[in-house]
Amino acid sequence: MALAAETARVLDLEGLEALVEALHARDYEVIGPRVRDGVISLAPLSSAADLPIGWSDDQRPGHYRLVERGDDARFGYAVGPDAPKRWLLPPHSEVFEAEGDGTGFTLRPAEPPSRRFAFLGVRPCELAGIAVQDRVFIRDDLRDVTYASRREDILTVAVHCGEPAGTCFCASVGTGPRAEDGFDLALTELVGEDHRFVVEVGSEQGRELLAAVPTEPAAEGDLTVAAAVTDDASRRMGRDLDTEGLREDLLGALGSSRYRDVARRCLACGNCTFVCPTCFCTGLVDRNALDGSHTARERTWNSCFTIGFSYIHGGGIRESVSSRYRQWLTHKLATWQDQFDVLGCVGCGRCITWCPVGIDITEEARAIRATAVPGGGAR
Amino acid sequence: MASARPALAVWKFASCDGCQLQVLSLEEHLLELAEVVDVAYFLEASSATADGPYDVSLVEGSITTPEDEERIAEVRAASRTLIAIGACATAGGIQALRNFADVDAFAEAVYAHPEYLSTLEDSTPISEHVEVEYELQGCPIDRMQVLEVVSALLQGRRPNIPTHSVCMECKMAGHTCVMVAHGTPCLGPVTNAGCGALCPGFPRGCYGCFGPAETTTTGSLAAWLRHEMGVSQRDLVRSLRTYNAAAAPFAEESRRHDASRA
Ligand code: SF4
Ligand code: SF4
Ligand code: SF4
Ligand code: SF4
Repeated sequence: MALAAETARVLDLEGLEALVEALHARDYEVIGPRVRDGVISLAPLSSAADLPIGWSDDQRPGHYRLVERGDDARFGYAVGPDAPKRWLLPPHSEVFEAEGDGTGFTLRPAEPPSRRFAFLGVRPCELAGIAVQDRVFIRDDLRDVTYASRREDILTVAVHCGEPAGTCFCASVGTGPRAEDGFDLALTELVGEDHRFVVEVGSEQGRELLAAVPTEPAAEGDLTVAAAVTDDASRRMGRDLDTEGLREDLLGALGSSRYRDVARRCLACGNCTFVCPTCFCTGLVDRNALDGSHTARERTWNSCFTIGFSYIHGGGIRESVSSRYRQWLTHKLATWQDQFDVLGCVGCGRCITWCPVGIDITEEARAIRATAVPGGGAR
Repeated sequence: MASARPALAVWKFASCDGCQLQVLSLEEHLLELAEVVDVAYFLEASSATADGPYDVSLVEGSITTPEDEERIAEVRAASRTLIAIGACATAGGIQALRNFADVDAFAEAVYAHPEYLSTLEDSTPISEHVEVEYELQGCPIDRMQVLEVVSALLQGRRPNIPTHSVCMECKMAGHTCVMVAHGTPCLGPVTNAGCGALCPGFPRGCYGCFGPAETTTTGSLAAWLRHEMGVSQRDLVRSLRTYNAAAAPFAEESRRHDASRA
């Protein structure tokens, strides 16, 4: 894809530091990549020096290791276990507190977050993940307060991908490695002697922010090199998923024997749903004082891999692991489209890397399709 | 008002007292608890006891002697709601290692006069002997779960006790997965939540203190540990044989890999 030459600018390493300062000056909590406990994870940044300078990752099914790059790239890695979801739909959030007064209750709704978040280094697949969750939580007929109050004021400084991991397949689902929209600013990192970032502006807010930091106009050559970074990345995806007719094939193969096969491997541990940037399921828990005078209702992440998730009177509907795995896979890749008119998978590969036994959604989808019998049904 | 408070009893069978200690270490909540229930029988806290029947009995420990078998039946008969607490009471505890060995040989090795002992072949959970309303897993239990169950009973609602994997707590806490990122063996995927993923938070693998989760594909995890992570057969068996050794999903898997008894 061609970059918009009129608006593109170039930022150097000092400019990157100035950008982080400018975000702090605007009272954003800056969330970006940091090395922590052997992974590149998202965390609050105090300066650009906190970035994972010179680090990359080796990702395979059920496997992640940090790798030294041998250069000083700031964004030379692929996504880690955390997505912006951790901030926009936190694992635990208060819904309300209720105080009893003997006759009834006084409800106190949860306070909105005190800080607004800026995501630095957010990847194209993560922007796509946010856009998918927007369709779930912010609609004409519904506005989820927990999500919307965190989501609506965010600022995103995206970084297009140059180092896809062995588990990435954004190119298959059309979400990366170059972000088309959904960002305030987007950077392409050009590592080397003249270490610099080509910057595209995606919004008025982004333009205003960029004006506050030292930049230069991008040269024609910069744009060509920047485009080559992502063109090259799209050819180095570790995984691929054929989306053509995927929904129909999967829904036609609900009885596939592959679900019994995967059930012998799947631990029903739920890791895949918690690392997935689009999975949105939560549960409600009441925590009340022993004397019943006070209660706090809390919302926590939940997963279709638990039995309680499908609990109705008398028990869970999805007792077997095969039925739970099928719920996950067909929701992501098929029924999500009926519900939200978009694929439920943005190709980030997290569920593959962070599955403790390396179950690969792309491989399972392929194997399930292979059991389909022409004319309907499956082996 | 005082007479309307439900009577609570705490009982001990074969155990280390660690779970009762957890109840005692509720500290400030202990006073709140004493306001809403009448602590009628709790020898570890007070030698003053009141006769049953009891509305709620917390039972710590496993059944290991003929005398235990009789006493648990009496406790059951005197209790409206019986809650088994801890790995001993819910799975047989560490002392259930005897279930994999010859208990007479143990007795002979340890005691000068084993003939004075009267002990059962196996250490078994409370639920193998009497009906149990709730089980709180863990070695030791999470003291806040005791509060939650009592609170739920008082309010007449279902207790919020997780039955899913430690992994879900681990991810919610934001810990790095030690299996995937460090190559450290971890029992979290088959272990019940409740500890808040304590060990992965200090980057150690989960030891399985909370026993089996609601779903356990233990064979798949064992195969991954053996073949992808290079865990020896001996270490695999030992990791499955700790506080919850006799819990079926762990016991069956450890037997499959136990070369000495194949
Ligand atoms: S299903 Fe897997 S690859 Fe797709 S978005 Fe979720 S975590 Fe990423
Ligand atoms: S795959 Fe499961 S956890 Fe994820 S959104 Fe769908 S039902 Fe919820
Ligand atoms: S697919 Fe993997 S991560 Fe997901 S529940 Fe099964 S074992 Fe856990
Ligand atoms: S560290 Fe252990 S408990 Fe945590 S996610 Fe990994 S396998 Fe599960």
